[in-house]
Amino acid sequence: MNFDTELENGNFIVAECKHCQKIVWPPSDFCNKCFRDVSWRKGVHEGKIIEFSKKNDSYFCLIEIEKSIRLIGKLSRGIPIEGQQVKIEKCGIENKNYSFEISLL
Amino acid sequence: MSKVGITSYGLTKFSKDDSKIESVLLQSTKKLFDASPNLSRNDIDAVLVSTNNNSKYLSAVLSEMSGIEPKIAHSVESLCNSGTNAIVSAYSYISAGLADVVLVCGAERYDSPGQILEWDNSRGEFKHPIFWASIFTKAYKREFSITDDDLAIVPVKNHKQSMNNPNALSEKTYSLDEVINSKKLTDDLRLHDCSRPCTGGASILLASENVCKKYTDTPIWISGIGQKTTSAGFTKNIAFSSMESSRIAATSAFQMSKRNVRDIDVAEVHDAFSVCEPMALESIGFTDKGKGMNLIKELYATNNFKINPRGGLIGAGHPLGATGIAQTIEITQQLQSSADKRQVNNAKIGLVHNMSAASTSSTVLVLER
Repeated sequence: MNFDTELENGNFIVAECKHCQKIVWPPSDFCNKCFRDVSWRKGVHEGKIIEFSKKNDSYFCLIEIEKSIRLIGKLSRGIPIEGQQVKIEKCGIENKNYSFEISLL
Repeated sequence: MSKVGITSYGLTKFSKDDSKIESVLLQSTKKLFDASPNLSRNDIDAVLVSTNNNSKYLSAVLSEMSGIEPKIAHSVESLCNSGTNAIVSAYSYISAGLADVVLVCGAERYDSPGQILEWDNSRGEFKHPIFWASIFTKAYKREFSITDDDLAIVPVKNHKQSMNNPNALSEKTYSLDEVINSKKLTDDLRLHDCSRPCTGGASILLASENVCKKYTDTPIWISGIGQKTTSAGFTKNIAFSSMESSRIAATSAFQMSKRNVRDIDVAEVHDAFSVCEPMALESIGFTDKGKGMNLIKELYATNNFKINPRGGLIGAGHPLGATGIAQTIEITQQLQSSADKRQVNNAKIGLVHNMSAASTSSTVLVLER
């Protein structure tokens, strides 16, 4: 499996090291602790807002998933609050950048 | 271990000029040579170029254009703290005995590719620096009950101080209202909260203790060096209201120099955005957490130039590869009592804080007379 290829198809997958029992983020083929090959699995989509701000009419939020993965995504609607639960609604690659659309839970 | 001193320097005016990178490098090198009558081209053992420009082999190009045939010539790139990384490399060559005299030259164009870290996909589509700066600002404001109006004093102070810096990009002062009412880039960042990318060059000459006296009677010694890279990705920062890499780098630099923050008379800190100045002051240890704005307000009210006398990045402009070198030149001038209207009285010990990639990497230098 390849993170970018899956993301391009709208799938959010996670690299995990079975030996170290940790998520490897940003995604990589090798564990950054032991250099063993990672395993890929479907990613959990739910997380919480760490921080956010707004540009024009659009909120962007730094979210944390599974206490390991942090990423910045665009909020589809609503007004965010720090610590609020969210989920990745849509993901992909746009203009060579990862793109995450998130919604409030 | 032999001491390493700063003996000479050259700076260009920071501008929005559409100059070739090679030309910017050469301009500041020429100024350094003009100010160093005893410096022979044959003295220079190493030429290090600090830049984020995509042109290749620039140290060899600069060497050829300057008539230097160094033993060691290469570029150093580490986004916004490339400059101090190059100075640390020069220090290391001299300390190791591989060189006695090293020319470090930093340059950047206003359209530098180093402004955006393409690798950091955890930022999604939000890769422009205004987004990490907005997150930092929001987190800092919430944690310490600081307002946008409080932060506006940072650009007011730094633009004011840059009026005494003939090489600064900034050409005017701004009132609090002008900063507060400047264009809103995000909910947490206004236009005047931002340093501006620009075209500029800065060159500095480092030499071993025994050689320094050939070039100057007043060398400035690098007595402390601290560096830390915690990650490449912004989202890996353990906190968004403080700078962990800067805290660690400052601790190391103080340890090496056997100095502490109370010994520092003057400092250049990396105010890429308004919020970075109080965060840096707190992380280095000038104030307690959340109290950085109190110090900045006091300095402004008393016209005290102790922090960012040349105007910082906000006032002077931010030509990435040249910034850390220009900061070091400023502290050198301060310690040599040659900073003209920017001079901090009786400055004997100074500090440089230069960081990159949303404070995931920092360098701190302690300089002394």
